[in-house]
Amino acid sequence: MKKHWHRRHIIEAFVKAVMIFSFIIVAGSLGLILWTVISRGLPALTWSMVSQTPKGGFYLGKEGGILNAIIGSLYLAGGGTLIALLFSLPIALYLETYLGDSRRGQYVRLALDILWGIPSIVYGAFGFIVMLAFGLRASLLGGIIALALIELPIMTRAMDEVIRRMPADLEQAALALGSTRLEIATRVVTRQMLPGIVTAILLAFGRGIGDAAAVLFTAGYTDRIPASILQPAASLPLAVFFQLGMPYPEVQKRAYASALILTIIVLAISLGSRWIAGRLSKYVMK
Amino acid sequence: MDAHIQIKNLNAYYDDIQALKDVNIELPRKQITVIMGPSGCGKTTLLKTFNRFLELTDKTSITGEVLIDGQNIYERDIDVTEVRKRVGLLAQRPFPLPMSIYENVAYGMHIHRMKNNRNEYRKAVRHYLEVAGLYDEVKTRLTNPATSLSIGQQQRLCLARGLAVEPEIILGDEPTSALDPVSSQHIEGRLLGLKEQYTIVIVTHTLRQAKRLADYVIYMYMGEVVESGPAKEVFNNPKQERTRAYLEGQF
Repeated sequence: MKKHWHRRHIIEAFVKAVMIFSFIIVAGSLGLILWTVISRGLPALTWSMVSQTPKGGFYLGKEGGILNAIIGSLYLAGGGTLIALLFSLPIALYLETYLGDSRRGQYVRLALDILWGIPSIVYGAFGFIVMLAFGLRASLLGGIIALALIELPIMTRAMDEVIRRMPADLEQAALALGSTRLEIATRVVTRQMLPGIVTAILLAFGRGIGDAAAVLFTAGYTDRIPASILQPAASLPLAVFFQLGMPYPEVQKRAYASALILTIIVLAISLGSRWIAGRLSKYVMK
Repeated sequence: MDAHIQIKNLNAYYDDIQALKDVNIELPRKQITVIMGPSGCGKTTLLKTFNRFLELTDKTSITGEVLIDGQNIYERDIDVTEVRKRVGLLAQRPFPLPMSIYENVAYGMHIHRMKNNRNEYRKAVRHYLEVAGLYDEVKTRLTNPATSLSIGQQQRLCLARGLAVEPEIILGDEPTSALDPVSSQHIEGRLLGLKEQYTIVIVTHTLRQAKRLADYVIYMYMGEVVESGPAKEVFNNPKQERTRAYLEGQF
């Protein structure tokens, strides 16, 4: 049974080569980004960077850190994710349980997909106009609302896909025991979906914490840690942006250190979510 | 006959196709009734009218009455969850809930709030796992996911789960068709043991299984009930030519 090089073998070898090449590009890009951020950021990453707020002359290369931006980003993305979750879970459950694949369901999904595609600067500008109308200034609250708006369609659609992949037999099994639709939604569907839902939440959180444009107008920027939701809040992406724009190499290095911190946070969240999802999916029906 | 389920002038439609034609039968209490017939004859459709599962499929409609203990379950003010609690279903393929083995059995009791405290639930879970003949195999791993069980064990878990909500009637929609011979035998044995306490209705397409289980037989063909009666009579001395043909293997 000697191997002969037929056309189908050549095609297979070619397709395989293309796939490996694509993988190398993706993995290489990730590696290169991480390398850039780490090699430039790590030397400037000191304890004071993460434990202090900017002191006088920080943006000229003097003392201080970006604790304001770290805390601000966690507040902003955390708040935005929480609000998005409060709305997206009911929307996704409603979509699945009552609308299904009906025409109205399709319209809702279309609307969410369009919202998903809208650039975040548009959300920022929209949020800004709404805030002006209500006489609000740039604040943590404004930023949270803008991020919640950005995250909502991502989270809802991600959850919707997770819920749609639910096996139909599962619903029937629960119905056969005399469950109401609500009991199925809260006790059975949610259990089945939990790993996917956790992933959806953290996907949205990752998008929120990395967004600069939406918080630019709505949350503003400050060197202080916000003490109330009506005060402006700093954020890591903007900290990177502002520091990179300074003409001092000292400050530019700190921009990379800030980027490194942001990357570490996002990395920790995605690894953590994989771990949690893995543990939760123990019970999930395939 | 002490009829537990009575069916009067029942017609069922999928869109405009008539799946059940003027069905009038009675099913005896605390016996195993087997519904048999060739594929597509309406066996499963008929079964699905007993726990109001037919309406879960789009574009189905029903006329006529299904009475359980004299009460028409299609009347307007009937609580459908209560019907399904009283009429349990063992599906073709076992489908555990995405929970542990313990929680699968406890789920139904929880939603119907049938027990008062944790201890009562624990006892009941154990009891129904024993009735389903699964307890000894799973007693050391009740918190493991139900998916860790074999298909045959999963079907017995589904039986325990169904029994735990204390139904009066158990429906089985070809409950052994996805199982290996040993597991099938296990399930059949359990069903035979359960008929002391429950009215059991089984759909099957294997004649041999029908002969092993049936006390009472309903033979269907093209959406109509051709013949029904005590198993001995129908199997040994069928009144209808079409039943005889089926029993002799002409389908």
